[in-house]
Amino acid sequence: MLVPLSWLKDYVDIDVTVDELEEKLFSCGFEVEEKYEAGHDISKVVVGLVKECEAIPDTHLHLCKVDAGEAGVLQICCGADNVKEGGKYPLALIGATVYATAKDHKTVEGVMTIGQGKLRGYDSYGMLCSGVEIGLTEDLYEGAGYNGLLELPKECKVGEDIKPLVGLDDWIFDIAITANRPDCQSIFGIAREVAAVLGSELHEPALDYTETEVKKEGFKVTVEAPDVCPRYIGHYVYDVKIEKSPAWMRRRLALIGQTPISNLVDITNYILHELGQPMHAFDYAYLEGDQINVRRAHSEEKIVTLDEKELTLNENNLVICDGVKPVALAGIMGGLNSEILDSTNEVLFEAAKFARDNIRKSSRALGKVSDSSARYSKGVDEYTTVMAMKRALHLVEELSCGKISATEVDVNTGNSIEPSLLKVSLDRVNSVLGITVPANDIVRILKGLNFDPEVSGDELTLKVPAYREDMESYQDVAEEVIRMYGYEHIIPAFMPTAKVTLGGFDLFQRTELKIKRALCAAGASEGVHYSFFSPASLDLIRLPIDAPQRKAIKILNPINEDLSLMRTTLAPQMIQAMQRNQKKGILSGRIFEVGNIFIPGELPLQNYPKELETVCIGCFGEDEDFYSVKGLTEVIADTLNIKFEYEAFENTFLHPYRAAKIICEGEEIGYLGQVRYEIIDELDMRVDSFVAQISLDKLKKYYDKQQTFIPLPKFNEEKRDLCFVMSKKITCGQVEKVIRNSCEYITGVELFDVYEGIQLGLDKRSMAFTVTYTPKEEELKAEVIDGFVGDLLEELKEKYNIVLRS
Amino acid sequence: MADLNELSEKLNGIRKEIKTELEKLESSKSVFEYKKTIFDSKTGKVGSLMREMGKIPNDMKAEYGKRVNEIKTWAQDLFDEMDEKFKAEEMRLRYESEQIDVTMPSIKPKHGYLHPNTLIRNQIVDIFGSMGFEIYEGSEIETDYYNFTALNTPDDHPARDMQDTFYLSDKFLLRTQTSAGQIHVMEAKQPPIKIISPGKVFRSDDDATHSPMFSQMEGLVVDKGITLCDLKGMLDVFVQKIFGEGTSTRLRPSYFPFTEPSVEVDVSCFQCQGKGCKLCKGTGWIEVLGAGVVNKKVLEGCGIDSDVYSGFAFGIGIERIAMLKYGINNIKHLFESDLRVLEQINE
Repeated sequence: MLVPLSWLKDYVDIDVTVDELEEKLFSCGFEVEEKYEAGHDISKVVVGLVKECEAIPDTHLHLCKVDAGEAGVLQICCGADNVKEGGKYPLALIGATVYATAKDHKTVEGVMTIGQGKLRGYDSYGMLCSGVEIGLTEDLYEGAGYNGLLELPKECKVGEDIKPLVGLDDWIFDIAITANRPDCQSIFGIAREVAAVLGSELHEPALDYTETEVKKEGFKVTVEAPDVCPRYIGHYVYDVKIEKSPAWMRRRLALIGQTPISNLVDITNYILHELGQPMHAFDYAYLEGDQINVRRAHSEEKIVTLDEKELTLNENNLVICDGVKPVALAGIMGGLNSEILDSTNEVLFEAAKFARDNIRKSSRALGKVSDSSARYSKGVDEYTTVMAMKRALHLVEELSCGKISATEVDVNTGNSIEPSLLKVSLDRVNSVLGITVPANDIVRILKGLNFDPEVSGDELTLKVPAYREDMESYQDVAEEVIRMYGYEHIIPAFMPTAKVTLGGFDLFQRTELKIKRALCAAGASEGVHYSFFSPASLDLIRLPIDAPQRKAIKILNPINEDLSLMRTTLAPQMIQAMQRNQKKGILSGRIFEVGNIFIPGELPLQNYPKELETVCIGCFGEDEDFYSVKGLTEVIADTLNIKFEYEAFENTFLHPYRAAKIICEGEEIGYLGQVRYEIIDELDMRVDSFVAQISLDKLKKYYDKQQTFIPLPKFNEEKRDLCFVMSKKITCGQVEKVIRNSCEYITGVELFDVYEGIQLGLDKRSMAFTVTYTPKEEELKAEVIDGFVGDLLEELKEKYNIVLRS
Repeated sequence: MADLNELSEKLNGIRKEIKTELEKLESSKSVFEYKKTIFDSKTGKVGSLMREMGKIPNDMKAEYGKRVNEIKTWAQDLFDEMDEKFKAEEMRLRYESEQIDVTMPSIKPKHGYLHPNTLIRNQIVDIFGSMGFEIYEGSEIETDYYNFTALNTPDDHPARDMQDTFYLSDKFLLRTQTSAGQIHVMEAKQPPIKIISPGKVFRSDDDATHSPMFSQMEGLVVDKGITLCDLKGMLDVFVQKIFGEGTSTRLRPSYFPFTEPSVEVDVSCFQCQGKGCKLCKGTGWIEVLGAGVVNKKVLEGCGIDSDVYSGFAFGIGIERIAMLKYGINNIKHLFESDLRVLEQINE
């Protein structure tokens, strides 16, 4: 919120520097996001008095002798049509900074530094300036809009800095207001805080006015929706004269970036910024039926707002109607049909409280945001509503722009505007803080905040002004006290009264970290991808229309389509991560991610969906193949002391002959394989890429599996190398399983060679295994092992027609 | 053997022969082989000497034995000496032939890196875990009730505007804050409660400095007599462990619906020690987390007696800490799995 210092000073005496003020505001909870001097770009511009002024023949220029005070009398060439002897104008000295303007002399194009110049052969030692060139507009300073030199008052002192003279020395604070303090969404609201934090007096804006005896007979207000409009005040003003607002008001509005329009409209805008209460003025002549009705809009009802846009409304929107039609979208924007025009001569002023969530939701749904809707969305209080109407009528009188009738209709179903009593225990307040703030400091602080505190023993009684709707309990009092007393008084302690508790990772968290570290040790780096992805991600991996992964939870209001689905698989983002790396020229790498997939029950969601922890691995590069990636999945098995089995399978995005599902204890827990070439081509990837996905959720049941130490064998192990010839259709896994199950003494089966060749036959291959026999109670004699091997060979022959290679 | 002279002559002859032979040898292996022949107990010139003891007259036996032992020792020493000499030379040559350039690049075992978020998360868990905090991980998809209403942010509350929420249905949304976990914990157990709750959170914000997904770590303590001073004390320890011994905290007023009073916590800039630099935008302070005393309405909503118990809560942005600590200049880097980023930050 923008707060000009000069305006703030209307309500509170400020005797500290702008930096100190910023510091004070910061310390009590109001961060100044930015502060700047109104004339921050302007420097070294002084009041210049033209002593001599001669036209340069055949040009539009004048050669002037300008008295610049201390800087002496300077020769200046000036092209403005209004330069004349005896005139006082802003004079930019050499080295001054002023605004460069476009050809229209009105648009500012940038900041320029004045140097010694030469025009038509005449030296010029500075520049006489227009209002625009020193950053002024007609609204900021009367006369500054003229397309020529800015004429300064006769009485101003030659050589004096121009800034204080035209108000460019003013400061603008941009203050962040937290959501709990809607009462500070105004300059007066900030003034209340400044008065409290500086300990200076607060001056309320004048609220007095005189009503005539004129009444608008028959005028009535009906509020059909008191739940969203707890207070509506309307006041009839007549004999209105629509004019420009006075300079002081226009300047203030301009300082905060509000374009002045006309006196009546400006009053409503002025009050919005001064008090934080949005107001509206209707041209009474266009209100039909001498009445106002506040109601919910009908479905499909239409209104054209002041910005000439037609909106289609529904029951969620609140409208202000006359006897016939909507004339304003409550709290958001007035209707075009009752706009204040130059011809307006009677108006109805509106000051109301509308429910903040109604305005917030309407404003969002209709895409219509105004200063008014922004204020209402944060919350407006009835105290200020009442005050604002008085202030508006006072300003009508002060600006002499209308007569105040005796007709004021106030429909009130809302909160009292009287202070409410709040009794709290001093002890309790201090117990929140952990320190004891002296009672007299507490009283001083709360007095400064207009809480009118009284202490009796441990009991603190406050009269909470109605605009402080946030004050409800001892905790709120504690906050008020400490933010004014200063957080630096809080002394670090270490929970001396708390019980000792046990902390740290639990089994699941610890195991997850163990898996991550094991994958790191195996050369994979951890990535994190968004929990949502694009529907295109599902297409990327060629999922059929009826694939279960297509049943994903949709975000109702996504940032864009690409971030609109809760992911049901981690693979697509992993493939894309490999693609991004390859695009950047990284042609080998290993990445893993541990994250959730989201599996809904019914859609739209009625119950919590399943969030299943999943690990995904991506490997790419010339050194990678199916088996190296399989090695990484084995790393996970090893970490958990479990065994995985693999079965060839086909899916839509993996190489049809280089993909396997992963099985643990008979349960399918994931898959791995090489990414199909079609996808590699589609994504312009440069090297073979592999992906594995394993459900950690399904592995959780093994997390507490203990390792048991197997005592070293008492007798020497015996190893036998066996080379088999078999059909190519028989897998290594099948052979290994037969070998392993053939004898209880076998502790290791290791493939060490695979051979295919013409001499074996085209449909055959050989595999060589080292089989380890570990004796238990007694040494195994060679003949015994030969017997085991014999049995094994028989079984292989019988089951798969496998023979020893001769 | 007739007499000692004859013996002496014979032994001298052997000595001479060994010396001459040894001079011809060129490697420790040939020395070894020659030694074997000389010391062979049947055929060796020295080795077989003892076999002749039987032929020696009794009165000479002692002397003979002594002389033979002498020559044995002499020969042994000589062979040792030669062997050592050759071995030394051979080693020298071997070393020389194996000369390398130590400045050539190393062969490092390739290892991977934990994500910066995981690193920071682990550090935070280490600190709070040692203070007795349990780790509670809530779900990413939450109900409106747990994310907002139970945290004193009813439907009409303006604070809802502070967070742009992704909705999944009337009732469900993507949690905007890990604070949602607070309520589950407080509903499930009575104080003492000390938890931290790390996790992903989501807000509809996607620009140069915002990511629609980021991570927070919520902390919550509820017990008897917990005050703002305890919050300050604990945060002081935390920031010193994370950012270094000299780091201090500054509390300043702020607003969160579920805490009262609420504070923003700044740490003294660990890069310039508070003097003012680019990192802290010249202020000497860096905003790192939000905190406050748990609002009694929140406690009461969870069935905890606010007359007996009080607590504090804090929320830390994990990426923010990671970016500050490691100097990562773009939050988007953390979600792109660019190995050039991931492989820079070691534990």
